[in-house]
Amino acid sequence: MASRIEILNDGGFRSDGRRQFELRDISIDFSLQGTADGSVTIHHGLTQVLVSVFGPREAKLRSQTIHDRANINVEVTVAAFSTGERRKRSRGDKRLLELASTIKSTFEPVVQTHLYPRSQIDVFIQVLQLDGGLLPACINGTTLALTAAGIPLFDFVCAITGGVHSASPMLDLTTLEENDIPHITVAMMPRSEQVTLVTMETRLHVDRFEEIFRLAVDAGRVIHNEMRTAIQARTGSLVASLGSGQKVEGETGVVTMMEINES
Amino acid sequence: MPQIVIKKRPPEEAVITQRKFFKKTARGKVIKVLRERYLRDDVACGIVNCSACASPSTTLSYQGDLTHQKFPNGHYVLPDTNVFLSQMDLIESPLFTPPIILLQTVLEEVRHRSLPLYNRLKALVTAEDKAVWVFYNEYRSETAIVREEDESPNDRNDRGIRTATAWYNTHVALSRPPVRGQQQPSPPQIVLLTDDVANREKSQKEGIPCISVRKYIEDTKDANSLLDLLSATGSDDIEPTKAQAGASRTLYDEYLSTGTLLAGIKAGELHQGHFNANQYNYLEGTVPVPAFTKPVLLVGRANMNRAVQGDVVVVEVFDEAEWKAPGDEVVDQEATLKNDDADDSGEEGEDGEDGVPIVRERNPQADSKKVSVEKQPTGRIVGIIKRNWRAYVCHIDSTSLSSSSRTSHSLQTVFATPVSRLLPRIRLRTRQAPILLGQKILVTIDRWDVSSRYPEGHFVRALGGVGGKEAEIESLLLEFDVPYRPFGKAILGCLPVEGDKWVVPPKTEGGVWKDREDLRGLDICSIDPPGCQDIDDALHARWLANGNIEAGVHIADVSHFVHPDTPMDSEAASRGTTVYLVDKRIDMLPALLGTNLCSLRPHVERLAFSAIWELTPEADIVNVRFTKSVIASKAAFEYEEAQVRKDDPNLSDPITQGVRLLNTLARKLKAKRMAAGALNLASPEVKIHLDSSESSDPIDVEQKELRETNSLVEEFMLLANISVAKKIEESFPQTAVLRRHLPPPSTNFEKLQDILRKRKGIPLDVSSSRALADSLDQCVDPSEPAFNTLVRIMATRCMLSAEYFCSGSVSRDTFGHYGLASPIYTHFTSPIRRYADVLAHRQLAAAIGYTPLHPTLHAKANVERIMDTVNRRHRMAQMAGRASVEFYVGLALKGRGEKGEVREEAFVIRTFRNGLGVFVSKLGLEGLVMFKRDIQFDADNYTVTVPSSVGGKDVTISVFDKVTVRVEVEKDKNTQKGRVKMVLVSPVDSTGL
Repeated sequence: MASRIEILNDGGFRSDGRRQFELRDISIDFSLQGTADGSVTIHHGLTQVLVSVFGPREAKLRSQTIHDRANINVEVTVAAFSTGERRKRSRGDKRLLELASTIKSTFEPVVQTHLYPRSQIDVFIQVLQLDGGLLPACINGTTLALTAAGIPLFDFVCAITGGVHSASPMLDLTTLEENDIPHITVAMMPRSEQVTLVTMETRLHVDRFEEIFRLAVDAGRVIHNEMRTAIQARTGSLVASLGSGQKVEGETGVVTMMEINES
Repeated sequence: MPQIVIKKRPPEEAVITQRKFFKKTARGKVIKVLRERYLRDDVACGIVNCSACASPSTTLSYQGDLTHQKFPNGHYVLPDTNVFLSQMDLIESPLFTPPIILLQTVLEEVRHRSLPLYNRLKALVTAEDKAVWVFYNEYRSETAIVREEDESPNDRNDRGIRTATAWYNTHVALSRPPVRGQQQPSPPQIVLLTDDVANREKSQKEGIPCISVRKYIEDTKDANSLLDLLSATGSDDIEPTKAQAGASRTLYDEYLSTGTLLAGIKAGELHQGHFNANQYNYLEGTVPVPAFTKPVLLVGRANMNRAVQGDVVVVEVFDEAEWKAPGDEVVDQEATLKNDDADDSGEEGEDGEDGVPIVRERNPQADSKKVSVEKQPTGRIVGIIKRNWRAYVCHIDSTSLSSSSRTSHSLQTVFATPVSRLLPRIRLRTRQAPILLGQKILVTIDRWDVSSRYPEGHFVRALGGVGGKEAEIESLLLEFDVPYRPFGKAILGCLPVEGDKWVVPPKTEGGVWKDREDLRGLDICSIDPPGCQDIDDALHARWLANGNIEAGVHIADVSHFVHPDTPMDSEAASRGTTVYLVDKRIDMLPALLGTNLCSLRPHVERLAFSAIWELTPEADIVNVRFTKSVIASKAAFEYEEAQVRKDDPNLSDPITQGVRLLNTLARKLKAKRMAAGALNLASPEVKIHLDSSESSDPIDVEQKELRETNSLVEEFMLLANISVAKKIEESFPQTAVLRRHLPPPSTNFEKLQDILRKRKGIPLDVSSSRALADSLDQCVDPSEPAFNTLVRIMATRCMLSAEYFCSGSVSRDTFGHYGLASPIYTHFTSPIRRYADVLAHRQLAAAIGYTPLHPTLHAKANVERIMDTVNRRHRMAQMAGRASVEFYVGLALKGRGEKGEVREEAFVIRTFRNGLGVFVSKLGLEGLVMFKRDIQFDADNYTVTVPSSVGGKDVTISVFDKVTVRVEVEKDKNTQKGRVKMVLVSPVDSTGL
């Protein structure tokens, strides 16, 4: 008996009442945090991540500038209270550095960095609560925060985890499920039909891989819908609060550009 | 393409959809746990034609059960957790027919409380003759509840069950809209079945129909037979048992609390292990624990403290000064406890008068004489981690029936004596006592209170008259937990539609022939025991042009017919193995496959999985390949037939030459194996001659004969198994299905070594399998040829049993097979009768790229789980087979005994203070010779000295001595069961002793 909790019971329900292909609740909150240029709090089930984007701005360190494009700097911190067991993590934590560099490399081909040579885009990710699917939540949050900051992207990046319990694939795993079954994380770009990231830390048989991979890509489209609706709603409310719906400079303009990018 | 959706969980519902609690880990850390759940409206109620829930599969009929007197409009029952925990036998009974609604809350509670019961419950859910619907109430928005402040988890669950019952009742009413012009029939009721008085009161207040189990049963059609199935725990509130009424004194110590136990184990003060009862002495038991090399000894009932064979218990070990040696006396429960009265167990604790002292007095002299070496850790049981109670086959003890009630059908308390000597008697309340007398019955233990000397149980069902062959066989199957029901419809549905008309399609059609080699031209033959119907292996050998030899082993391609994840596959997995009884075979796969489509019968084209080697004439492997194939066996031999054919110089046809070639190779292979240190072990095997196939009355018993051809087949099967094991381990290092035999710890041999040294002056070197094989060869007594076999049998008993395992779950250096002296081994050659072989076939097929490996065989946890069942079934099947032989030997002896006295030669294998353990090799039978009179017993030298009766000389008998015994079958007056009794005839007649 591996664990007390049944990953998938005979009725086809998972331990939290979802079925195999049902994703957890996603809620997106764009309220601005401090002086950030764009920030978002994304709840994905019980995972909660706050992403703040600063920039493009001049790099703090000269050495970090790249002459023909912007440098993306990602820092991840995990709050001590975010997991079941209270644990402080140092800034040099190897897991977090790895996570940050994964996110960085995921976004490098997506952000139009060539528009901002010799500058830096800072992405600060704070994990407030953790219940599985950390990497996807960070990636989805970063996409939204970059959009909110008005940084031009080629496409959305939508990420999701998928796993397989004996022979049944399932999507969007909680910590409980992640501990028990092999899983992969896929980040895809819905418009260009490209995949920017696939990672796996458990052993998964190659025959199973394709099935889960395809499922995760399909799930990415569903998430894309959710994210786009959230952005449109925010743009709508911004336009409304500006009063007239006239063309204004600043953020709204950028978002319109985003919309053009998408369609 | 499945629909992918995002489930929404509105923040305002967080009160019921989100849960936060703190949990303390074993290390004492406090952990915050956050859980969420998604409530939904598509959890179906399971009633046929329900207008509100459109569910494709439903199990509950529209009107429910209409036969109960109290519910004329029809009803469904919704039992609470305790009903399943204590009344499972009732619910499993085929007479208990109402449709059952099983709540998720209940299912999970059962799972936490008892895994065996949970498994039975799951079997019930899928059973074809039961209507059970699992309702996931915790996920349905209307029935999900939250634990309130200062509400215990138990109360919360009870409330959840009530809420669900109430919801069901309104749901049923609402989902049947009135049709105009028709009289609306009143909807069926959902009845909460609970024995919890408080719960019933609360439900009545809320207007939920509820009833206690006993009340419910009283008004069913088959009330009389069902009432007996009620467990003792369920009857408390109605009529307290006498034992409880007189519970003024406790006979046993209370168990310590679980917390104390766990803390004690962790601190090393207490020890955990499985309780093993001593079959020679019911007042003694042992618990093997890792902390000591010898198992902890428990002497007396008080120290054994209500443990039953197989329970996981916690023991406290006494100071070393109080350590004792195991008793050297045979104490029979039946003989000593004749006079106990079933009705007043509480009172008879008075020692010494009519009952037996709880701790038997021991001879102090004998104790002090013992050298300290023999003493072993002694202790007492202070707690039970897990009960492993199941249903036991028993007889009603006729003396426990009061004489007046021998014919009456009133409720009375009787004793049931289990067939197994390892179990205590069970107190039982029944109305059918007179009918059950002289029958084998199935009894479950319900509880064992501190105030009750014996456990209390309830009757499950009758198996039939004692001595009747059917009843004996069935009780044997039950006792060893062998699943013997006929295959269900779903399983038979997995067979090929052509039935026995199925043939290998012509080669031109492709399909089956894809990637299969055509080996129909080879001279393949099979060699099996006489009367074998499930032929799963065939062989061939021929010379190659380069001077080497090609040898092939062809195994029935079962995996072509049994596909993973089908009902047939899961049934085979749970059966694990075919069980061979003397006159009966309990198949693992339906007979159509086992004895026909997969069986490699001669002159028929069959699918096979072949392993083909190129061997040098010296039997060194040049290379090996595996392939799926089509073969047509040219002949099916019996061992003897093949032997005759091989030895007949006049024959020189290709098949005979093939057999000769195989034989020469086999001899060389065997020589190599022996040189590597393989053990040549012996187990007492006998063959039963049956009268005719119909009557199957045993006529006689003889020892099995072994021929050269037996060894021929064996060598090639070993070769195939080893080659396959290497291949699948290489391809699937994490999940390969392998078999290993761990080297036995040298302490296991201590006693045998000691006996051999003292009695025969022969040393036994057990440092390695090689050393053991060599020193076993040295164990010869020129005057007694059978001595060597006897020592081998005794050595075999000291070893561990081989087991299946998953390659990823143990370290690489423990893969070895001790007995075969092979670094790696698996079972591949009998897929018709062993499930592990089917898995090996699938893995090998994937390893050679024939089919992709099914995902379940990639999951280590899954493979481990299957291995656990298969191991258990394998063990049980062996024991069942042995028990069946024993039973038939008994029958045969009875038959012989009628013609005259049965005298056999026997070896002494154990000595007791008041008896001898003897082994009759001709019958493969082990028995006890008891002395009523005092005899001198020398434990150090393993001898007993019998003082002669009339002034003659004393006779000394020791272990390994050859004696003559008279074997008789005597009927126990009490239980009517035939028992083999042995009486010493020579060197001294023990009749009067």
